[in-house]
Amino acid sequence: MSGAGLLARLQRGEVVIGDGAWGTLLIAEAGLPPGAPPERVILDAPEIVGAIARRYLEAGAEILTTDTFGGTPLRLAAHGLAEHCEEINRRAVELVREAAATRALVSGSVGPTGTLLAPLGPARPAEVEAAFERQIAALAAAGADLLCVETMIDLAEALLAVQAAKRVAPAVPVVATMTFEPTPRGVFTVMGVTPARAAAALAEAGAEVVGANCGNGIEGMVAVVAELTRHAAVPVAVRPNAGLPQLVDGALVWPENPAFFAAHAPALVAAGARLLGGCCGTTPAHIGALRAVLAA
Amino acid sequence: MDLLTRIANEVRAGEPDAVRALAAEALAAGVAPAEVLRGGLIAGMTVVGDAFRLREIFLPDVLLAARAMQSGLEVLRPQLAAGGVPTAGRVVLGTVRGDLHDIGKNLVGILLGGAGFDVIDLGVDVPPERFVDSAVEHGAAVIGISALLTTTMVGMREVVALVRERGLADRIKVIVGGAPLTEAFAREIGADGYAYDAASAVGRVKQLVGAA
Ligand code: B1M
Repeated sequence: MSGAGLLARLQRGEVVIGDGAWGTLLIAEAGLPPGAPPERVILDAPEIVGAIARRYLEAGAEILTTDTFGGTPLRLAAHGLAEHCEEINRRAVELVREAAATRALVSGSVGPTGTLLAPLGPARPAEVEAAFERQIAALAAAGADLLCVETMIDLAEALLAVQAAKRVAPAVPVVATMTFEPTPRGVFTVMGVTPARAAAALAEAGAEVVGANCGNGIEGMVAVVAELTRHAAVPVAVRPNAGLPQLVDGALVWPENPAFFAAHAPALVAAGARLLGGCCGTTPAHIGALRAVLAA
Repeated sequence: MDLLTRIANEVRAGEPDAVRALAAEALAAGVAPAEVLRGGLIAGMTVVGDAFRLREIFLPDVLLAARAMQSGLEVLRPQLAAGGVPTAGRVVLGTVRGDLHDIGKNLVGILLGGAGFDVIDLGVDVPPERFVDSAVEHGAAVIGISALLTTTMVGMREVVALVRERGLADRIKVIVGGAPLTEAFAREIGADGYAYDAASAVGRVKQLVGAA
């Protein structure tokens, strides 16, 4: 399957399963200290990155995400890693590709830059777009099959990322997802963006798939997906998290286990989702359970 | 509509120029600077915080309102100082080690500044030693720590422990806050105070320095 092949399947209405969280496993298994950049592991312990990719592959993921959520030079700069931007993004694609071979697609993760755009914060649109271009060019040059612009809360920033992708890697399909919260007054991102506005604007900027990721558990995502599906002219993706983490006896625990996750997944498909995976707190076991329930 | 209500409304609307002009007008009309602060700027910001909690407004509105409030503060500050209004106390503020979220912390800082505190903002990803060293260096009575991640909030315990270890617990109080925290967690780690949002943080800090 290629990126174009994936799009054809989604457009035919097929359901495709991606992977789950990376940061969660890196904290649990690579001993990543709280708040340390997950991208460090690409340089310091590449074997762990390969092992996680293989576990998601075995669980049935057809798309594997790169460990580059914070891989823009702007985000990396907070950890003194900006000059390693090209190396980190290239290695991240190579490591997942080695594990996936031809059995899964490699999706280059692009998260928020972490700065706020003017007038809300100090960032100028041109510098944010340039940061996205630098990361995406590196991901694409290393052979990413698709790009996932994810966890966006500000539509302006999400659009800069999609536009950057279309400029430096026009042939690579883009999945663009934002983080919405259901509120008593409807579904919005914390910046006030509705699914309707996001779906229309992201598709217009060139995203081939639009959707939602992260959030606060899988149940609330059903309403979000329904809203997105109602307004999107392109296939809808969803990657819920396993709820918000809690501290239990000093250990991090995400409340929603694989059985819970799988039990609620059919409702997401019924609401219109075609590309499914997991965000923070989900594991290969969640993806395995998802696969089993959707195959049934 | 009286001047103070108009100031509050312009804070809420996120209009820095209008807030600046109205604050100057109020001072010229003889309204006490402390009154402009309380009945205008802080009143406006409190409405904004409540509306955000209900998602009647969103983060951009909150950030613009905070900026408008700050522009009003700039007008008041020389007068507050000249009037011999003593600072309410000094607070060292920062986001816990490993955590880069600073939007909430910045709002807390602005409101504390508005309430007359001298705020020393250490930024994000602040190691425990820096909180305590800075508090000692600046003679701060309060350390305020923000955390937005369940993974990083445990680091707050180290700051509390360090304050005790250095025998500073009766001089320096620690207040914590941030979305994943609870009152129970704050108590468990031995913090002196917890606040749910920026407005209540001001009240809690005032209590801690005995100024409430
Ligand atoms: C001293 O006394 C006090 C007293 C009161 C205090 C106080 C201190 N501090 C705060 N308060 C209180 O007063 C404030 C005003 O009323 C309030 O402050 P808040 O900060 O709560 O509220 C602000 C006004 C508005 N809220 C915010 O600013 C946070 C918004 C959300 C969307 C958010 C943002 C913006 C960001 N993020 Co992050 N982010 C999310 C948030 C999800 C959400 N919708 O809330 C959250 C917090 N993030 C999360 C995560 C997981 C992450 N984020 C990350 C990164 C980022 C950005 C950089 C992209 C950006 C931060 C930009 C910045 N400059 O701050 C990563 C961590 C990076 C790091 N090392 O810190 C990353 C790990 C994502 C990743 N995979 O890499 C989740 C935390 C889950 C958890 N409980 O652990 C999260 C809840 C999203 C989610 N649904 O999962 C009160 O809490």
